[in-house]
Amino acid sequence: MSFAWAKQYEPKTPLTKWLDEKLPLPRLVYNAVGAGYPVPRNLNYMWNFGVLAGFCLVLQIVTGVVLAMHYAANEEVAFGTVEHIMRNVNYGWMLRYAHANGASFFFIVVYLHIFRGLYYSSYKAPREMIWLLGVVIFLLMMATAFMGYVLPWGQMSFWGAQVITGLFSAIPFVGEGLQVWLLGGFSPGNAALNRFFSLHFLLPFVIAGVVILHIWALHIPGSSNPTGVEVKNESDTVPFHPYYTAKDGFGLGVFLILFTFMVFFLPNALGHPDNYIEANPLSTPAHIVPEWYFLPFYAILRAFTQDLTIPFLGITLIDAKLLGVIAMFGSILVWFFLPWLDKSPVRSGHYRPLFQKFFWFGLIPTMVVLMICGGAPAEEPYVVMSQIATAYYFLHFLVILPIISQIEVPKPLPFSITEAVLGSDDSAAAARTGSVGAGSKGDLPDASLQPAE
Amino acid sequence: MTIRLGGIIVGLAITAVLVLWSLVPGLYNLAFGEAPEKAASYAFYEHPKAPEGGFAFDGPMGKWDVAQLQRGYQVYKEVCSACHGLKFVAFRNLRELGYTEAEVDAEAAAWTVPGIDPQTGETTTRPGTPTDQFPSPYPNAIAAAAANNNAIPPDLSLMTKAREDGSNYVYSLLSGYGEPDPEILAKHPDFETPVGLYFNKYFPTVNLAMAPPLVLDGQVTYADGTEATIPQMAEDVAAFLTWTAEPSLVQRKQTGWFVIAFLIFATSLAFLSYKQVWAGMKPKKK
Repeated sequence: MSFAWAKQYEPKTPLTKWLDEKLPLPRLVYNAVGAGYPVPRNLNYMWNFGVLAGFCLVLQIVTGVVLAMHYAANEEVAFGTVEHIMRNVNYGWMLRYAHANGASFFFIVVYLHIFRGLYYSSYKAPREMIWLLGVVIFLLMMATAFMGYVLPWGQMSFWGAQVITGLFSAIPFVGEGLQVWLLGGFSPGNAALNRFFSLHFLLPFVIAGVVILHIWALHIPGSSNPTGVEVKNESDTVPFHPYYTAKDGFGLGVFLILFTFMVFFLPNALGHPDNYIEANPLSTPAHIVPEWYFLPFYAILRAFTQDLTIPFLGITLIDAKLLGVIAMFGSILVWFFLPWLDKSPVRSGHYRPLFQKFFWFGLIPTMVVLMICGGAPAEEPYVVMSQIATAYYFLHFLVILPIISQIEVPKPLPFSITEAVLGSDDSAAAARTGSVGAGSKGDLPDASLQPAE
Repeated sequence: MTIRLGGIIVGLAITAVLVLWSLVPGLYNLAFGEAPEKAASYAFYEHPKAPEGGFAFDGPMGKWDVAQLQRGYQVYKEVCSACHGLKFVAFRNLRELGYTEAEVDAEAAAWTVPGIDPQTGETTTRPGTPTDQFPSPYPNAIAAAAANNNAIPPDLSLMTKAREDGSNYVYSLLSGYGEPDPEILAKHPDFETPVGLYFNKYFPTVNLAMAPPLVLDGQVTYADGTEATIPQMAEDVAAFLTWTAEPSLVQRKQTGWFVIAFLIFATSLAFLSYKQVWAGMKPKKK
């Protein structure tokens, strides 16, 4: 698909030959994740998370489908059927804990995948479409996870549904009606629970569809790599199988050890005790907080504490709630524009000294602060901290990235991936004109094989 | 270029709105406004404490202390069950507490559960069978509220999972009734426990509607001869309620060891095969 030297699928047995003529499915798999897909030879461990995210999706679908066999989406019995799963269904506790913690690990993996993309500028041409589809997947994941959290019909389920659908009521004129329409009532009830269950079952398959597009788009230019230098010839790549299937197999093992540790020893650590109390519309929990993976966005939502008014006239232009909602959705929508906001020709953050500083000392601490503030009660100093962090978040993507891509002087890039790995590249030596620091490249190879920082 | 220019303008606009309208007034308030007053109850509140020596089920190697669970069940039956239900637990589950089938039959029969008269169809009561769930002490929520000064006693099936640090919370709460610390009281002279509530420093608002359920040593006579002090009864019933909240807790931890041991083995093999596959691809040492 991508490179001229990609290995071709050759059916050997009569059966596979017959199959290849009628339905070349083995050929498709061979070209997609088999020996027919040439991949840069220098990928570090940060490139494991795409495969892991795919594994998480399958894990969630498999555990979820079995859980759905024992669950009933009805406000009278939903909480009880979850307890039925925990107590009476064979290994039901394991399925449910795997599904609940699986959601958390899915987000951990996807966040690492996204921030790998941000650091190595995987969103840049020619890979814009992969990035855009990835943001669509992330939005679908957020919707799916939110609706899944409502299903056990505990206190946080109920009040979370109330708060999140309440965001839509901030929209001028149609907001109140929109919230009632979304919920099928004035507060979360049977109608809301049923439609959330229906959509929670549907959306993972929509995600799977967009994942196929995401991988399809990936196979057009091929995978990016830690140097950001494009593949030049065959010596820059290795076949996906067995090289990266072996590496991903090891990565999957490490992931599973961490995941099963949480499932079997700390299954409720990432959840909230209030969700073991059955939903009660008459009793509001002291702190309504979303699941941990939404906390940074929840902090952005709450950062806007005052209405936007015209000073001294007392005319409200936009109220604080709507500002927060716009900012929260905007904080993710801004990712759609990244390929065009960051115009630096250098992809890898490794060779961008200024970008690197803003990434490690600006964006990453900002996300940590936002996550802490999102989980904290709305009191000082958390409010001020979340406001400063929110301001930096938008400045980083909308102002800092466009400006540093103009003024930054990048470090010299290796000529090719092979040169970065081996310290020399025969074709590079032939192509090279003059002495562009060829001697200094000898020190690079080992570093480029290591995970970034 | 247009997108970048637009991005810079939008970014500066969002920041301006946030900083000028929300952050600056917030900082001004923080500097010159009055600090929000915390309720006096914050001063009295204490986080739950573990019983001496901890629980037998704590930690990754934790196991049920079956004798303790049986004692805890006795405390629930003789004290808590007057007001609190256990609706997600069935009598048959008591087999896991080490009771024989005959003992469970007898135990279930000693409880009265709601039933239907097979002749007339009228609602009635009958002795429990092992398949029945523990009955609620009240026919409905209104009756529960009416009998308890409008504070409905919660079902206890999931109590230790429905509170932060639940097992220690139940233990601390039940053994933690008492008077407010006089030193803290001196700083908050206005603090008062309202009539009909009881002071307990382990309850989030420090005043709770439940009267102290364990009031004297020896309130329960343990069949195994253990001395029934208040902390002992509190610890036993906290252990029992941990079991009701998660009967699979010990099985979960034991399964976990096998799963993780297998995964470490499998991952080691995966690592070796990864190294083997990549052996020829290592950069040449010079």
